[in-house]
Amino acid sequence: MTRTNDTLIQATDISLVLGGSTLLEAVSFAIRSGEIVTVIGPNGAGKTTLLRVALELLRPTSGILYHRPQLTIGYMPQRLQLDPTFPLSVKRFLSFARKGCDAATLRNALKKTGAEHVADAAMQHLSGGEQQRVLLARALLRQPDLLVLDEPVQGVDVHGQVELYQLIGKIRDERNCGVLMVSHDLHLVMAATDRVLCLNRHICCSGTPAVVTSDPEYLKMYGHLALYQHDRNHHHDHGGCSCD
Amino acid sequence: MIDDFLLRALLGGIGVALVAGPFGAFVVWRRLAYFGDTLAHSALLGVALGFLLHINLTLGVIIVCQLLALLLFISQRQRHLASDTMLGIFSHGALSLGLVTLAFMPDVRIDLMAYLFGDILAIGNSDLLWIYLGGGGALAGLLWLWQPLLAITIHEDLARVEGIPVTRVNGLFLALIALTVAVMMKVVGLLLVTSLLIIPAATARRFARNPEMMALLACLLGCASVAGGLYGSFQWDTPTGPSIVVAACFLFALSFLVPVKR
Repeated sequence: MTRTNDTLIQATDISLVLGGSTLLEAVSFAIRSGEIVTVIGPNGAGKTTLLRVALELLRPTSGILYHRPQLTIGYMPQRLQLDPTFPLSVKRFLSFARKGCDAATLRNALKKTGAEHVADAAMQHLSGGEQQRVLLARALLRQPDLLVLDEPVQGVDVHGQVELYQLIGKIRDERNCGVLMVSHDLHLVMAATDRVLCLNRHICCSGTPAVVTSDPEYLKMYGHLALYQHDRNHHHDHGGCSCD
Repeated sequence: MIDDFLLRALLGGIGVALVAGPFGAFVVWRRLAYFGDTLAHSALLGVALGFLLHINLTLGVIIVCQLLALLLFISQRQRHLASDTMLGIFSHGALSLGLVTLAFMPDVRIDLMAYLFGDILAIGNSDLLWIYLGGGGALAGLLWLWQPLLAITIHEDLARVEGIPVTRVNGLFLALIALTVAVMMKVVGLLLVTSLLIIPAATARRFARNPEMMALLACLLGCASVAGGLYGSFQWDTPTGPSIVVAACFLFALSFLVPVKR
């Protein structure tokens, strides 16, 4: 893979072995400015692990991870688990994104993600969808070159999911930032992404949604879903994918 | 006219309550109650060390608490045992090791009860100095780390991605809390230290709209508990450390009678 000026992150042959088990195997990918890349795959495929490696939260056992110099990342974790005793308003939560955020900036970020009405609410009182929008607002406040989103539509109803994916696309158009996200769902995300990485510890297949959805590996992973209950620990010695 | 020893007790108790408030808030938010207990339980080992090296006993306690904090910090990185199991081993191990070590020192006669439950009425001027210098230092350190610590409390990975040196901040915080626990020992004793950290903070929760308000309220409630406990102890001739904790519990229960606008 060649690295160009607009390459934000490039992973080359990344492997991660933790406690004797291989979580990632020879994973290579790159993300460029203005590109939405979605990682899909079954439970336990290492999607979140891959994000954590890309974010430099986990050090790979082998392989090279390149970050463009001075890369600013806006990260949206899967879920916040705030202790109920922690008194924290949405505004205060957002103010941690970077130093010197004034009230108007915070309000603008919330407006952009459609969560203006919860500005003064306590973080613990937000619904699933509201929390996702607030988390996205915080990631935006970083003025990121790259957005990294871990299951951004988790806990959101279908209507809200479509809206959120549209919002992510709009943000990409406006900022020309790269987006790396993990998703469980297939249909909605396929419409909202430029490239798909199909992961099951290694990358089974990748490319545009059209290419991936007609790839035999992808079909093996998801095509038979309705046909039979898949064995979670099934072997894939020919490099195929399994899912449950 | 208030007696000298009562005045010193009040000053010492208030000093400790002021430090305990903000630290207690973090202990509650980050669920570190057991952690505080573990540090406190190592105090007897510190006392033994103090006798052994002929150094100030409070200094001995501070040293051992710091060493234990370091040990806990390192052991957090292993994943073989759950953290509460790990803490249980350290906590009871340290307490028992302290008792056994002291038994090996026949020349040393200590009032065990004073270390277990505190001896606030015996606070001397040097103790006051330890409380205000040590506690003040711990508080200054906490204020310095305040924003990054809050960010880490919200979400550790998010804080790390946003550029906060999480490991360093967490390590410093543990050192500070170990210092706090060591200086609190004199007032409520090693068995009750955690209670003075968490009860005022837990009481403050219902009335706090932001983290700072919760910390400040915890300070005030801690001071009120100290004053109330001292008064009760004087009035009814009850042990002072436990009386302070009873007062704190009383305030906690009472707080539910105060209506809070939501």
